[in-house]
Amino acid sequence: MNPVIYLDNNATTKVDPEVLEAMLPYLTEYYGNPSSMHRFGGQVSKALKHARFQVASLLGAEESEIIFTSCGTEGNNAAIRAALAAQPDRKHLITTQVEHACVLNLFKQLEKQGYTVTYLSVNRKGQVDLMELEAAMTGNTALVSMMYANNETGTVFPVEQAGAIAKEYGATFHVDAVQVAGKLPLNMKTSVIDLMTISGHKLHAPKGVGALFVRRGFRFRPLLIGGHQERGRRAGTENVAGIIGLGKAAELAQEHLADIPQEKKLRDRLEKGILATIPDCEVNGDPQNRLPNTTNIGFKYIEGEAILLSLDKFGVCASSGSACTSGSLEPSHVLRAMGLPYTTLHGSIRFSLSRYTTTVEIDRVLEILPDIIERLRVMSPFNSDDAEWLKGREEVTTATA
Amino acid sequence: MWDYTEKVMEHFYNPRNQGVIEATNEPGIATVFGEVGSIACGDALRLHLKIEVDTDKILDSRFQTFGCTSAIASSSALTEMIKGLTLDEALKVSNQDIANFLGGLPEEKMHCSVMGKEALEAAIFKYRGIEIEHHEEDEGALVCSCYGVSDNRIRRIIIENNLTTAEQVTSYVKAGGGCGSCLVDIEDILFAIQQEKEATAARITAEVGLNPTHPLTTVQKIALIQAVLQEVRPVLLADGGDVDLYDLEGNVVKVILKGACGSCESSMATLKNAIEVRIKERVSPSLVVEAVE
Repeated sequence: MNPVIYLDNNATTKVDPEVLEAMLPYLTEYYGNPSSMHRFGGQVSKALKHARFQVASLLGAEESEIIFTSCGTEGNNAAIRAALAAQPDRKHLITTQVEHACVLNLFKQLEKQGYTVTYLSVNRKGQVDLMELEAAMTGNTALVSMMYANNETGTVFPVEQAGAIAKEYGATFHVDAVQVAGKLPLNMKTSVIDLMTISGHKLHAPKGVGALFVRRGFRFRPLLIGGHQERGRRAGTENVAGIIGLGKAAELAQEHLADIPQEKKLRDRLEKGILATIPDCEVNGDPQNRLPNTTNIGFKYIEGEAILLSLDKFGVCASSGSACTSGSLEPSHVLRAMGLPYTTLHGSIRFSLSRYTTTVEIDRVLEILPDIIERLRVMSPFNSDDAEWLKGREEVTTATA
Repeated sequence: MWDYTEKVMEHFYNPRNQGVIEATNEPGIATVFGEVGSIACGDALRLHLKIEVDTDKILDSRFQTFGCTSAIASSSALTEMIKGLTLDEALKVSNQDIANFLGGLPEEKMHCSVMGKEALEAAIFKYRGIEIEHHEEDEGALVCSCYGVSDNRIRRIIIENNLTTAEQVTSYVKAGGGCGSCLVDIEDILFAIQQEKEATAARITAEVGLNPTHPLTTVQKIALIQAVLQEVRPVLLADGGDVDLYDLEGNVVKVILKGACGSCESSMATLKNAIEVRIKERVSPSLVVEAVE
């Protein structure tokens, strides 16, 4: 078995050893309930307070503005529901076509419950148009919910400008920053964001913990009703070890922000290397406004799942927006919203790096990838955009899609 | 991650017979290829055959595939399975046979094996000069506009593979896997086929006056066989053909294939898969089906 080369960090990340070390005592020795009135529980409560401080520091927020959650999905659901409850008379919502499923599917359900939703389009680079947002805003708009950066392409949205437009119309502004925390500096003190979601396992904390930033003064209604935990804003006994882990991970992420340029260099090394050695491929996304760790490359005329399983043979982990990886038959909604041609759509591969990625690993991928792509291309009946067979059918399918 | 068998992975990593078969001037040898799928759909297969004209034997078979792991493995498996067969024998290979050869496919990936079967049919029909557009589903009403699947093709795949849910139909021919708006129509087709089945069975039971404690009389057997033929008839009609019961000799059910079915050898596969399975199940497990001229 080849050693694993993990380039799928937008899916999930390795738990940092220091994070694990910080967590372990709270799974063994300090098992008290932070709500208890004895000192044994009280010391756990203190540790939670410290974790809240660590997370708040990463976000440039106040401790009282942090609610711990179980994951990004919970954070997004809680934020969107809270925004609706805050202005119950407003029935119009705005989001983008390229959000994560936990946002898109919630909005689809809200549509059935009588809300009107505007799904902002994106251009070929996966970028939103602020003019379109402005045009969609009305006095009836309760919420604008937008991701900070897209998980598939890494395209970073102009959230502060979008937020300013939302505020002009008195709408709540929610940002899904799951892909951004730890990759780009954040400062809620100078931001217009009302609600912002982060998730632990994307920044080297374990799975099963996240946080929601709720700006002070925002009328927040909880999703989970019960005890007084999180000051009544998220009932349920705290995932103590997870929260301690998230705190430590946030502290480390802040320290490692200094290493991000190095990570970006490696990403660029990978991207440039691929473009230089492999013909007929192109970068999907916005090169100017992009997460430093992400590259999404479309390899023409071949299919993504076949590329992934070929990489897997060498221990290389990546992901694809191809239909065959999802089980849904349809390729990624993000790449389709960008209007990518079918020739690249099905063969798009995302590589996402972390601070653990090494030059040796990147060079290894650059060594094996050309042969993998070549092998599959030799097998494919397609090899140019002009093939008549392909042309006619692409038109037909685009017309009916 | 998909739960692929080792054999699927082995054929993916080491595909057999990948490539093209160049046209040849050798006397008595013909080459042909059949195509299915498109880059838009996410998978496509071009299957090449080298045929000995006198014997109808497949001397060589190669593939070019755009698609996922299981599409490549299914193509590789198919070429291995049909080499050395006559065209008639090759047409009896069903999509289930391809899947079985690979030790099974995840249900969501069954359409990869269907693609193999369809490319094989396309190649052989092309060689025999049968217009595939007239042979196949294109005359039926379009049900799934995302993937361009007609009601006839959906009916056929349901009856041939004994499918019972819309999800299965999506896994086999992709219909309903896009926007999903036709899933209701697929449910309707499934329901209609089920209804036809039950109605025929009930009518025959009434007509024949079956008595469960007595072995079937020859007259009863014939009536039941007629009922089964009645069920598969719509599929054959859609293909421009028809079927009639000629005789029952011992355990051999003799049928006459009419119209396009007489020349269209895919009817052989239909015979085995649809008619015989049903007759064995509903009339008697000892019966076999034969076509007579």
